[in-house]
Parts: sequence; structure tokens; C-alpha cells
Amino acid sequence: MHIVVCIKQVPDSAQIRVHPVTNTIMRQGVPTIINPYDLYSLEEALRLRDQFNGKVTVLTMGPPMADQALRKALSIGADAAVLLSDRFFAGSDTLATSFALSSAIAKLSETDPVDMVFCGKQTIDGDTAQVGPGIAKRLELNQLTYVEKIRAVDLGARKITVERRAEGGVQVLTTALPCLVTMLEHTNTVRRGTMADMLRAARTEITVWNAAAAGIADIALCGLKGSPTVVKKVFAPQPRKEKAKMIEAAEGGDIASATVAALFAADGRLEETLFRQTGA
Amino acid sequence: MEKFDAIVVGAGPSGNSAAYVLAKAGLSVLQVERGETSGSKNVQGAILYATSLEKIIPDFREEAPLERHIVEQRLWMLDDRSHCGTHYRSDTFNEERPNRYTIVRAQFDKWFNSKVREAGALVVCETTVTELARDEKGKVVGIKTDRDDSVIHADVVILADGVNSLVGQRSGIRDEIKPEHAALAVKEMHFLPREVIEQRFNVKDNEGVVIEALGTVTMGLMGTAFLYTNGESLSVGIGCLVSDFRDSGTSPYVMLDKFKKHPSIAPLIEGSEVKEYAAHLIPEGGYKAIPKLHGDGWLIVGDSGQFVNSMHREGSNLAMETGRMAAETVVALKAEGKSMTEANLARYRKTLEDSFVMKDLKKYKNLPEILHENRQFVTTYPNLLSKAAETWFRVDGMPKLDKEKTIFRTFRSGRRLRGLIGDAVKIARAWR
Repeated sequence: MHIVVCIKQVPDSAQIRVHPVTNTIMRQGVPTIINPYDLYSLEEALRLRDQFNGKVTVLTMGPPMADQALRKALSIGADAAVLLSDRFFAGSDTLATSFALSSAIAKLSETDPVDMVFCGKQTIDGDTAQVGPGIAKRLELNQLTYVEKIRAVDLGARKITVERRAEGGVQVLTTALPCLVTMLEHTNTVRRGTMADMLRAARTEITVWNAAAAGIADIALCGLKGSPTVVKKVFAPQPRKEKAKMIEAAEGGDIASATVAALFAADGRLEETLFRQTGA
Repeated sequence: MEKFDAIVVGAGPSGNSAAYVLAKAGLSVLQVERGETSGSKNVQGAILYATSLEKIIPDFREEAPLERHIVEQRLWMLDDRSHCGTHYRSDTFNEERPNRYTIVRAQFDKWFNSKVREAGALVVCETTVTELARDEKGKVVGIKTDRDDSVIHADVVILADGVNSLVGQRSGIRDEIKPEHAALAVKEMHFLPREVIEQRFNVKDNEGVVIEALGTVTMGLMGTAFLYTNGESLSVGIGCLVSDFRDSGTSPYVMLDKFKKHPSIAPLIEGSEVKEYAAHLIPEGGYKAIPKLHGDGWLIVGDSGQFVNSMHREGSNLAMETGRMAAETVVALKAEGKSMTEANLARYRKTLEDSFVMKDLKKYKNLPEILHENRQFVTTYPNLLSKAAETWFRVDGMPKLDKEKTIFRTFRSGRRLRGLIGDAVKIARAWR
């Protein structure tokens, strides 16, 4: 069983600062991490690997420094890592990214057929949740998004059954392999690699592929050229002008009544509307 | 089963030096670091002394992240309103290969560790070494980590596990550091534009200034404060003995606040933005506090071995020296086909004794106690000195002879003649 897990190196959003004057994101010196949602997919892939004695390849597209994210994934337990890195990929939107990643997965399949692809539910920097489905579409994989639990995988019958969280309930879905899965957050506990994993991760050569190596013939579909998305403007919302008010209960009074009185005082129409609605 | 020629525990200056030298010599080396990366848990002022690093990586200046080379050293004695001291500035320090640099450890250590990897060592981070593994005879044969129960074997383990030496403690090869032997230092990084720093400190290009201060700012505790110029920030900090903090109930941040508000310091940091606050222990017990440094299959280097010369503010250089010497000992023994027994590793101790590291620490072996027992150096003297200087420089019609008498009287009433002579003798003895 060969599983590919797509991960992304993202800036640690908890440590990003916005420039006080220009309102732009200050990326310099911000530590990078593996997109947290990807880790739940990695863990799920590793569990299936352990169960079926398979292989997990982590795949990412990014600048050369993205190899840190891959090495981290190896230290958690992944078996192999591939970095897609080429200046042609610069400026990719989700369409171009899913094209490049699906090309690389197809290439990987040539030597070791891929049974499943895992992606994070979405990234914490783009938040689009489009790349996973984009890959599924291009590779014609059945797609199972927002999965809470993998109930069963039957390699003989090439079938998978999962629980998918949907609006208003949980869907139980069965489909045929190969497929693409995106896991919901907090659906498993990401393992800590063993010492053997750490040593292996430190020793593993990370495979770096440029566009040609990934089997991409038409670079017009990559990077900025292959990206119809245009970023028109990036801005930080202006802080609200009004300040928070402290409401305190009068001597002997209760805080709830004081709050209601303050709300009514702030907007006279509120009281009127409320009484009309209740018919009082 | 995994087996290495050597395992280095820790990736600070001593661990990186040891691992680099071992790997360069072609030994198989595993370095294990607790933090996310080398440098992520390390704190220092920080000044880099070039000579010790040059011995390991001669051309480090070409790529190491350095902030400013130091052209001016200020030593200040502070009372609450003044500073009195010496400045030494020399254009000679603008040399081709400057001697001292300010650095930011988070960046510098990361770079140093990248060189260790390039040299061929295997580096594993985010892994805590729980204890040393021993054979039935008690010889250290490797390490255990918090990841699993496996033992990673090595001919020798070099402990560069820092001031607390938690691995050394857990393995029973050394005791917990005593509160009298450790200083607690706190530090803030104050960001300021490059031009502002250059104007305020009268420097250009990558020139830098160092201020070391002592006096009433430590509120009767024995300790020192500092201000270092980095490229676009100032490191401002203060440190005193842990035992003193314990006994006095004073908080380090209160002291740091006092230092920052001092009329001689406040204008230098005005308008800056604080981006970092860090605290760390510094081993300041000196020569007498040095633990056993070698045994069957193990060596201790850096802070873990108490290698800090508090008088001269040297520590990271001693870490690099001891890391290098330990590694060179191992490399030599290996080349001679000798095993890593206690008797053979004693060569490390001998090398240390013959070097400036032990010679300097021996020279000041009585200093920690003398300073500890004589608080007048940070309480009475700063005030006396300030009063004397003020009297001397103020032009107010008082005859100079009377001024001299007044100054002498202040000193005598402050310390009495016997006290003054006694203090001079104590300092002389400590210095010897």
C-alpha cells in the first residue's frame, strides 16, 4: 500500500506580526511549521501504513527551505520525501498547485502505484481547502473530504469506508480505491517519532524534483502563468473606533439589570422593538 | 543496533564545537539537542570572542551571522543618579579580523549547528537525553532518550548539557548546581533603527559598544548589568547570584527596570521596542565549583563544567575551548587505538590545566567568595565615588585643598581607614 501525503510549509501564524505602519504581514524571521491540519492526515496515513505494512511518501511544493518540513514529517515516521522545487512554480495559486502536485503523484505512481492520497483539510495561510479536491479531480480519484474517522479499508476488495462530517450530521461513505482523503482536525493524536525515526530522518536524502522531473511538459500551467487568481489587495482591517464600556451594578443592584438598562440607554429603538415583538 | 564513535549531548557553543571537531576528524557523531533547533533555548548577552571560534572554523567571519565588532568598552560604577567609570575606545579594534563581536544567539547557534551538519555529524533535535546508559561495570556506553526505551551506543559521550547539567545529575555524575554558584540573568532585546544606534553610541558601519555596569542598581546584591549594541537592537540585562535573589526576595525584573530607568541608561534605550525577554542561569562558582570532568566513557564541557570566568565576562569562548579540547582528546585516543577509559580521558583534564581556561579560573578562585562577603563594593563605594567626583568637578568657590579634605572625609566616614585598606587588600588577594 503506497500512500502519498501532501503537506505545506507555512509561517507559524501564531507568531506573525503585522507592520504597525504599512499594515503588511512581516514574514521575516517568522518560524515555519508544517500546516497543522496536514499532521492529522499524516498520522492517519501512518496508521494505515502500520496496519497494512505499506509505505508513506510525503510530498510538498515550495522553496528549497521547505525540505525542513519534509524532514520533520520523516522524523514523525514517513518513509520517503519528495520536494517539488522550481522557479517555474513561484506564484502558484490553488489551480497551479494542484496541477503540479497531481503531476508529481502521477510520476510517483509510475514506479510505485499510489493507493491513497492524503491532504490537510485546508492550510492556515491560504484557508481555501481547494488543493486537495483539485488533485482528486485531476487524478480522477474519489474524494473524501472532512473525514472524521476511517472505519475500514479492504485492500482485497479495494474499498474504503469513512465517516464524514457534513452539515447536520455524519455521513458514512464507502468508495473504491484509489482515493483522496482530507482529515478533520483533532481526529487523532499525532505520534512522536521513535529514536530510529529521528536517525532515519536525519540520514534520509530528500528527493528534489524540478518541473521536468515531476513529468510536467507544459510549464504554462505552473506558477504565476498557470494561476488565474489575482491578489488585488492585502490589508488588515481597521480597528473599531468605539471603546469597550465597563458596566457596573449600582449599589444593591444586579449586573443583569444594569446591562439591560445600559443597552436600552445606548439605543432607544431597541426597547421599543423588543416590546413590540413580545406584545407587551 | 545504532553505535557511534561519539555522542554529544547539547547544541550550544560547547556541544557544537565538540561535534564539529569530532565530525571533521571523520568520526561518526550523533548530536542530540532538547530544543527545536540549536539556539532555540540558548541565552547569552551576547559577546563572541573570535579567537576560540577561529581555532575551530578559521574563516567563520565570511558566513557567521555577526552583529557588530566592538570598538569601545565602557565600565561603569552606578549610584542612583550617576555613573562614573572608564571608557576604552580604540581604532585598533577596527582590524581586519576583529576580536570581539556582538551576536544574537538564536541565529548564531543555528548557523554553527549547520556547520556541524555539513561536517558530517548526525543532529537530532527535539529529543531529551534522559540519562547515560552504562554497562555492568558502570562504564558509560551510550544514552537513553525520552522518545523510547532504546539505547543509542557510543564509545564516548560528551556532556554539553548546559548550566544545570540535568543529564549529568540524572546519571549521578554530578550534583545539582548550588544557588551560590549560579547567577540568574535576565535580558531584553530593544529594537531601534540602525541609524539611531549609530548616533547614540557614536559608531559607524558595524562598530559596536559594550557597557558593563555595577553598583546600587543591583540593590545591594552582588551582580552586574550590561548593555550591548547589536545591528538593529540593544541587549539590556542584569544578573545576580540565585542565592542572593532567594535571600533578599528581590525580583530580577524589578532590578532590570531600575537599570533601564537609570538616568545614564534611559536616554540610550529611549523609543525602543522590546521584542524579547529571556532569562538564564550562568555558572559563576568559579574554579572551586568545577565538578569531576571525565570518567569511564564520558566527558563534561562548557557551562555544564562551570567554565565561566565571571570577572572577565567570558563563558561562550571557554565553552568552545573546552568542547574543542574534549573532542581533540577523543580524536587523538581514537587515532592511537586507545579506549575511552577514565585513565585515558584524563588527558582532557591535563590539556585544560595547561591552557588559559584553567589558569584563568585558578587565578580568580577566591574571587566569588570575597565578592559575596563584601557587598560594600556595590553599595558604599558607588556612592562614595560619585560624591567625590561631584565635589571635585563642581566649581563653587570652595578652595581645592578643602575639596580634597572633604572627599577624604567622606571616604573615611563611609568605610573608615581600616575598612578602606582591608578592601584594597581583599581585592589584591582576589586578583592574584
